[in-house]
Amino acid sequence: MTWLNLITATSFMPVQASEVAKNVDNLYIFLLVSSLISFVILIGGMTWFIFKYRRKTDTDKTAYITHNTLAEFLWSFIPLVIMIVIFWWGWVIFADLRKVHDKGDIEIHVTARQWQWTFKYANGVTVVSPNATEKLDTLFQPNGIYVPVGKTIRLVMTSQDVLHSFFVPAFRNKMDAIPGRYTTFTFTPTEKGDFIVYCTEFCGTSHSNMLSAIRVVDSETYDKWYAAAGNAGSAKLPPVELGKKLYAEKACAGCHSIDGSRLVGPSYKGLFGSVREFESGPGATADENYIRKSILQPTAQVVKGYPPAMPPYQGQLSDDEVNALIEYIKTLK
Amino acid sequence: MSTATASHTDNYLNHEKGIWSWLTTIDHKRIGIMYFFAIMSFFLLGGIFALLVRIELFTPGQTLGFVTPDIYNRMMTYHGAIMVFMVIVPGIPAIFGNFILPIQLGAKDVAFPRLNLASWYIFMSGAAIAAFSLFTQKVDTGWTFYTPYSISNSVSNGVIMLVMGAFVMGFSSILTGLNFIVTTHKLRAPGMTMNRIPLMVWALYATSIIQVLATPVLAITLLLLVAERTLGVGIFDPTLGGDPVLFQHFFWFYSHPAVYIMILPAMGVISELVATFSRKIIFGYTAIAYSSLAIAAVSFLVWGHHMFVSGQSEFAGVLFSFITMLVGVPTAIKLFNWISTMYKGSVRLDAPMLFAIGFMFLFTIGGLTGVFLASTGMDVHFHDTYFVVAHFHYVMVGGTLMAVMGAIIYWFPKVTGKMTSDLLGRISWVFIFTGFNVTFFPQFILGSMGMPRRYYDYLPEFTSLNQISTIGSWLIGTGFLIGLAAVIHGLIAGKVAGDNPWGGKTLEWTIPSPPTHENFEKTPTVTGGPYEYR
Ligand code: HEM
Ligand SMILES: [Cu+2]
Repeated sequence: MTWLNLITATSFMPVQASEVAKNVDNLYIFLLVSSLISFVILIGGMTWFIFKYRRKTDTDKTAYITHNTLAEFLWSFIPLVIMIVIFWWGWVIFADLRKVHDKGDIEIHVTARQWQWTFKYANGVTVVSPNATEKLDTLFQPNGIYVPVGKTIRLVMTSQDVLHSFFVPAFRNKMDAIPGRYTTFTFTPTEKGDFIVYCTEFCGTSHSNMLSAIRVVDSETYDKWYAAAGNAGSAKLPPVELGKKLYAEKACAGCHSIDGSRLVGPSYKGLFGSVREFESGPGATADENYIRKSILQPTAQVVKGYPPAMPPYQGQLSDDEVNALIEYIKTLK
Repeated sequence: MSTATASHTDNYLNHEKGIWSWLTTIDHKRIGIMYFFAIMSFFLLGGIFALLVRIELFTPGQTLGFVTPDIYNRMMTYHGAIMVFMVIVPGIPAIFGNFILPIQLGAKDVAFPRLNLASWYIFMSGAAIAAFSLFTQKVDTGWTFYTPYSISNSVSNGVIMLVMGAFVMGFSSILTGLNFIVTTHKLRAPGMTMNRIPLMVWALYATSIIQVLATPVLAITLLLLVAERTLGVGIFDPTLGGDPVLFQHFFWFYSHPAVYIMILPAMGVISELVATFSRKIIFGYTAIAYSSLAIAAVSFLVWGHHMFVSGQSEFAGVLFSFITMLVGVPTAIKLFNWISTMYKGSVRLDAPMLFAIGFMFLFTIGGLTGVFLASTGMDVHFHDTYFVVAHFHYVMVGGTLMAVMGAIIYWFPKVTGKMTSDLLGRISWVFIFTGFNVTFFPQFILGSMGMPRRYYDYLPEFTSLNQISTIGSWLIGTGFLIGLAAVIHGLIAGKVAGDNPWGGKTLEWTIPSPPTHENFEKTPTVTGGPYEYR
């Protein structure tokens, strides 16, 4: 069955390096095979009719068939069923790709800008992807992005300038990085190796050179790298520490407790992931985007039972600082 | 068939003389021809950019001396903007709709002939503005103008000019659509009920509805973009608290229906060609006619399928995926109907029919790959890769341009009174059809492998497929040049055509070639459907 191998996903698709990759490829094979069958029916039928019924004389009589209800029903109904199956299958996979609210084993903040990706780990290790490259291994200079195999990694992404899109073919996943907002990209690597990251949203001159790579290693190697990189000084103040400092310095502490007690505003304790109810409009889950908005434009959504007393911090905190505060709030269970 | 011989001497071409008589004409046929010349020159320009873009991609890194990344990005942008806004969207309605629609309805002209001329001038002004921006400004946003890139300082203010060009051309589109809708309702010959109008007219009618309803949204979106850029109103700009993704919603709310503005008229042409060259009554007239309306209606509800990875909610993504699947059904119905029309027919493979068959072949591949993209879990991998590039070129270029070529050769005898050379037409088809597949099929594989679109440079592993693709583009280019030769040869040395060289049944084949000034000597009375081959 070598001919079948030709149309199997593995011949065109990149290596399968994440948990969902295999499911995506199964759907891909199904789509290829069913398309091929549909194509043969349609174009085969057409070709056959062209030759069978080609014009013989200039006065050929042709059949007078205006329609055929049964045939028309069947060829509307059968494609509809097939498409609903494809829709449903795609949806199941999509849900897997987009575990938005799931917490990852490891969370990394990713910031895109023209034309680099910056990765920031919880202990402050910061890796900046090199700009422009020809060979894969140059993507690890001066240092690379390491993640351990088998763990769920959650990237929280944003952009400093324009839209970018984070695409790792080997993980079959892609997500836009948007200025002023967080999006998430979750994956569970199943293979060790180096996997390339592309930017797929056009972002100007060096769009095609906005590359990076992720090195998936076993847990021990990862832990060793993580500790070493943390000590080697590529780390700044870890986000949680910075957040704690800002909490005191920027006067958050005046209105928000961290032990659950009620001050002017809601306590941070147990905030992250809880369901918030507002004075107006529907409620929301307190995720990264919600907290960011509450810091920058607090009056947009006022939590029920509290006065709209908080000043907006728009323009007073950098993106890094907002991220740090969010990370700090996350630790306050 | 009543063909008055006397009228053969006086026709719309020699009824009045001189360039001024053309520039002030309100004859729908002459206006159609003026659109033909304008749009074909834009097509040439867009085509040159396409060939340059492909040559640049022949090797990784810089291939052509003068093509830096910035120049590449600009060429890519103008290629897309010209082909979409100046060629494929106006193409069939403006050229063939204008020429054929009133005749197929048995009318003397469109409902508002002066407005029709005004539409041409508006179109030309918009095109002039857009073209001017090409020579004076540097725009590299891609034809989609996504914010915040398009409002950032890294893009020159030329984007305002280009966008205003598209804005002005939009009015032409709206007015032409309006004209066609009124013409179809008000100017049908006696006996021509809505269920007897040719399928070409049905397709143009459905298209016109989309044009009238969707184009204003584009106009508003583009104005907002200009307002954001010049005044900083803070709708799209995240630094002012705006939502950059909102632009995508607005943009695709027009541009998804717009892809049907591009393809529905082509489907109308194919219905005409298949009936005439199979010499058989079309199968499922009602299904084809109403599926056009169904597509027009549903096309407004699927824009979010361009945004599965844009950060829109998962729920929205799933909903859009489902509705998108529903559009696939009327599309499939049309293919089945055309193929069934050939069953027990009398099929002749003249050049126009070859183009119709090419259309079905390529459109089938384009449509099937559309289903891949409509499936959320699959699209996350393919979105913004070469897979999408291949998909929409298969439907838009493979589909629509095949239909345009078929239409040119099919109606050439009616327009000019002369035939094109069938041999040249067929050779042109062989080059375009082969070249097209050589160019775009490898791009499906490139996309699967993960090569993103709008790439000036790529990794070495993508080289060989890109080279095949570039070589294919030269075949397509050659094919269109041969097509041009066929038209020129036909004009100079074509055989005299006669009134009905193909044995067509719709009304345009009952009048002289070229038609007289007012089409019909006396208004025809219609007694049956449009394709009564017995
Ligand atoms: C009727 C003819 C069609 C035309 C003219 C057409 C045209 C296009 C164009 C121009 C794009 C790309 C837009 C861009 O990002 O620049 C596109 C993308 C897409 N098309 Fe089609 N298409 C057609 C049929 C279909 C069908 C039948 C389906 C599904 C059943 C489909 C599903 C899609 C999807 C989901 C995308 C978005 C892909 C992505 O960006 O990830 N299309 N199409
Ligand atoms: Cu980017």
